[in-house]
Amino acid sequence: MSSIRNPETLSALDRPNSYIGKTVPRPNLDRLLQGRASYVSDMELPRMAHVAFLRSPHAHAKIVSIDAAAAKLMPGVIAVVTGGELAAVITPWVGVLSHLKGLKSAPQSAIAIDRVCWQGEAVAAIVAISRAAAEDAAEQVAVKYEELEAVADMRTALDPATPVIHSSLGDNLAFERVHDAGAVDQAFAASDAVVEAEFVFGRHTGVTLEPRAVVADWNAAEARLTIYQGTQAPHMVQNIAALHLGLREQQVRVVCKDVGGSFGIKVHIYADEMATYALSKLLRRPIKFVADRVESFNTDIHARDHCCKGKIGVKRDGTILAFEIDDLTGIGPYSMYPRTSAIEANQVVNLVGGPYTSKNYRARARVVFQNKNVMCQYRAVGHPIACSVTEGLVDLAAMKIGMDPVEIRRRNLIADDAYPCASPSGLRFEQLSHQASLTKIVEMMDYQALRADQAALRKRGIHRGIGIASFIEVTNPSAAFYGVGGAKISSQDGVAVRLDAQGSVICQTSITEQGQGSEALTAQIVGSVLGVSMDRVRVILGDTDMTPYGGGTWASRGAGIGGEAALQATKVLRKNILDVAAVILQSTPAELDIVDNAVINVSDGAFRIELNELARIVYFRPDTLPPGIQPELMATKHFVPREYPFAFTNGVQAAWVEVDTDTGFVKLLKHWVVEDCGTIINPQLVDEQIRGGVVQGLGAALFEKCIYDERGQLTNANLADYLVPMSGEMPDIDVGHVVSPTKESELGAKGAGEAGTAGAAAAVTNAVNDALKPFATIITEIPLTPQVILTALGRI
Amino acid sequence: MKASAFAYARATSLANALELLATHGDKAKVLSGGQSLIPAMNLRLVSPELIVDIGDLGELRGIAVKGETLVIGALTRHADLLKSSHIVKCAPLLAAAVAHVAHPAIRNRGTIGGSLAQADPASELPACMLALGATIVVRGKGGERRIAAEEFFTGIYETKLGPQDLLVAIEVPVASPGSAHFFQEFARRHGDYAIVGLAAQVMRQGDRFADLRLGFFAVGDTPVLAKAAAAMLTGAAITPELLAEASAALASELNPHEDQQATPAMRRHLARVLLARCLATLLNRPDLQTGAGV
Ligand SMILES: Cc1cc2nc3c(=O)[nH]c(=O)nc-3n(C[C@H](O)[C@H](O)[C@H](O)COP(=O)(O)OP(=O)(O)OC[C@H]3O[C@@H](n4cnc5c(N)ncnc54)[C@H](O)[C@@H]3O)c2cc1C
Repeated sequence: MSSIRNPETLSALDRPNSYIGKTVPRPNLDRLLQGRASYVSDMELPRMAHVAFLRSPHAHAKIVSIDAAAAKLMPGVIAVVTGGELAAVITPWVGVLSHLKGLKSAPQSAIAIDRVCWQGEAVAAIVAISRAAAEDAAEQVAVKYEELEAVADMRTALDPATPVIHSSLGDNLAFERVHDAGAVDQAFAASDAVVEAEFVFGRHTGVTLEPRAVVADWNAAEARLTIYQGTQAPHMVQNIAALHLGLREQQVRVVCKDVGGSFGIKVHIYADEMATYALSKLLRRPIKFVADRVESFNTDIHARDHCCKGKIGVKRDGTILAFEIDDLTGIGPYSMYPRTSAIEANQVVNLVGGPYTSKNYRARARVVFQNKNVMCQYRAVGHPIACSVTEGLVDLAAMKIGMDPVEIRRRNLIADDAYPCASPSGLRFEQLSHQASLTKIVEMMDYQALRADQAALRKRGIHRGIGIASFIEVTNPSAAFYGVGGAKISSQDGVAVRLDAQGSVICQTSITEQGQGSEALTAQIVGSVLGVSMDRVRVILGDTDMTPYGGGTWASRGAGIGGEAALQATKVLRKNILDVAAVILQSTPAELDIVDNAVINVSDGAFRIELNELARIVYFRPDTLPPGIQPELMATKHFVPREYPFAFTNGVQAAWVEVDTDTGFVKLLKHWVVEDCGTIINPQLVDEQIRGGVVQGLGAALFEKCIYDERGQLTNANLADYLVPMSGEMPDIDVGHVVSPTKESELGAKGAGEAGTAGAAAAVTNAVNDALKPFATIITEIPLTPQVILTALGRI
Repeated sequence: MKASAFAYARATSLANALELLATHGDKAKVLSGGQSLIPAMNLRLVSPELIVDIGDLGELRGIAVKGETLVIGALTRHADLLKSSHIVKCAPLLAAAVAHVAHPAIRNRGTIGGSLAQADPASELPACMLALGATIVVRGKGGERRIAAEEFFTGIYETKLGPQDLLVAIEVPVASPGSAHFFQEFARRHGDYAIVGLAAQVMRQGDRFADLRLGFFAVGDTPVLAKAAAAMLTGAAITPELLAEASAALASELNPHEDQQATPAMRRHLARVLLARCLATLLNRPDLQTGAGV
């Protein structure tokens, strides 16, 4: 690990026995491994009923009639509720944000009322004593549909001949953004080579092990709704549930214990979840909804599905003069609520060309409606598109002028001493390390030796390729992401820490845990700053009644924002403890420190008093303290980045692949990542975040695709036909780091959760094209299936 | 994804199982390893009224060699095929093939009888039966029937089994000295059903083939014994030209489907690649590797 910038002063993090920067086991491991986690899917409450949704088999249809008479007579059925009936307790919503100028969408209901707009949209809720009984009854609900023409292909969605999905909106264009910086036309004119390509990205989704799950419990006596849900943003769910059910936020409690994976899938408000809250209110009893796998494929947000034209201009010496893109994406029939479905395209515009010095950049992004499942933010929103387009173009330019892919990047990546500076789209960078990262990865992979291997194997008809992809990643977002657009999504997070009566620490944080280690990193920070061992720190998260107000865990923000709040809150607690200790010990706070759960002398390290004993005095014998002393052994702090709207991180990935040119199969031989997330709190957690992210990116590169037919039917909504990446096909992934802490916070941590996904597909695509160099074919479409590769090679 | 309600009976003897099937006919379904049946029920693709669980019928389990015949009980699990020394010795092709069937957890429950009765055209074991010239032993109302594997598979998920029949055993001729096998499939991920696969059992004579049985799978409604291609390659000196001709013949013997993984053209292409690789491997002739006009 090399450090290109060290914090000048010692902070609370550099204390003796610090856990920061150490791989320590996650405190929640035993709970998870011994099967004692609390997943919503497993929850049972007294009088709890189960809901199954009858879902539309059509992509677009009018609902002529719904006859539920037979279903209502089925054994175990409690109620059959239609969209019209549910509308009495819940209002519709529109997924727009005011800072995304021109973004439009239509009102969406919890259950479709007179029209269905995608295959899988719910048309009725069947509530019964078990899920099986509800499914039995669902088969007896007779719905008459009048099929309407479906808008399936995003490329023709804007054609005049294509029906408009929501006539009130006038057309199928949800959002358009154009950006023009520098002097693009002159730059292309001055280029020695201009290369163009069209990049195609399959629609895919984030397959969570535990599907979306919610138990809603309306307590009429308290006039309070408790929502148990696997979510990344409990306070956002609280706000929105309250808003649409006509409640005050205080009447809604959201509890989120263990979550079986989220990846951005569980940060949105889904119609069926809203319907479940409303059903509980309507039927005055706990209602449980757990999406099954088929429902997950048909209703969990999808992502990507872009078709992006790109153009790059380059001088013979490798200098990149300009980038231009024209991106098109289809988002389903509604913009998702409340984060909207325009963010991904917006990110693509923001991020293209981001690692490079070239300032000439023109972009257009269009977001269109279609009759397919909704699309929204999934891990590394927009990044894989921007990275694949940028890095694909850079490789094409290099190929055109006959320059090595590493060399062209070395010549164009922003220099490490050029910061602060801005991207071609105007985003501000505090401190990145592209050049150091590239140098490091070239070393890690032994680039020259690989090139020699490649050449030797070529002679034997074995076609291997190397792909490089530099990237930037948006992390630690401020209010610039959602808040400024009017969404009630908090960008600040809060942490409360208190010393209990035996000298242990209770820490309540507003960030959430979905497997990435939020609990662990919070305990590491609190333990380090306070001077107590981690086993003395209990972290409570995921409960709007119990934690400070905050955003939760998404957009790679948990460690950087929630971690800093934990650090600052613990500093206050530490000071308060030392103040009391000084009184008890007739010393001064400056002469004292806390190490290993006890107060000691700074001067000689001598033991003075156990925290346990100090807590006993404060809580049980305050009468022994001098008059007027009111100890405060609880502290709360909140944090939000104020200087930069986003803490950008950077990194580079490399892939080494072999293409079987007879079969079109790609074998992933090895993958490398160097990334810079600033201060590393727990190296193992960071590395595994990177690896997990890479695997999801490799899934997009080779396997994952939601395949729709021309009538808008999803044809592979199961885990046999939708191919998630599995360990057997995954390469070893070596991870290295460069460390440039952010100065926005004392902690210095930026995010790391999405870096892996951002660049993996770009690296693999570049590697495949490198392998296929002798065949004079370029593939710019993912997933890179055998069918795609054999077709490109002209073998079939 | 919950199965609709069904009744369940655990058969106490072969006779009891056959009786239950005779009584309930096509309203009943045999439950063996459950690895194909249960997912289909949970997706409500099938909704049998009665499940006849044959898991207790010890007489249907086990692998034995009887003279020149290897007898495999219908209840023999994939995992047992993989472990059995009889299989390695007498039908090494099966051992090679089973490693490609699904994943360990599924192989621990799935059975050879279930796999053959299921008759998924992309399945490994049915093609092996063709290549090995196996006989499928069936018990039904009229007593025992012995059906040649070539006759047994009649369509997608369709066999000569009637609703009242039970597949009880498989008989495979013990591999003779000098025989050799080749197994390879193309699947996107380990354990997936194949896009195209080949299970071949051959007799070599010097640098030629005295006998060549090429069982292709995922190339049509049923596994296909590529007889025309095999005939051209049997007894002849294998040249790249002959391989190219046999490849062309092979392509017209297959009637592959279009699905999300591959077009018919791609399946034919991959089948030709497999044929070339099979010959190159078995004859140790790397020059044939790309000689199939692929
Ligand atoms: C994730 C996954 C991946 C898989 N991948 C593969 C693969 O790559 N290749 C492959 O070949 N298979 C694969 N399978 C299927 C697996 O091999 C099954 O074991 C096999 O298809 C059926 O065997 P079973 O014993 O589980 O049968 P069951 O599921 O119990 O039964 C299957 C069918 O056969 C009938 N049946 C069963 N036994 C008899 C009998 N003795 N007589 C008459 N009828 C009977 C049943 O009524 C049912 O219709 C996969 C399964 C899963 C879940």
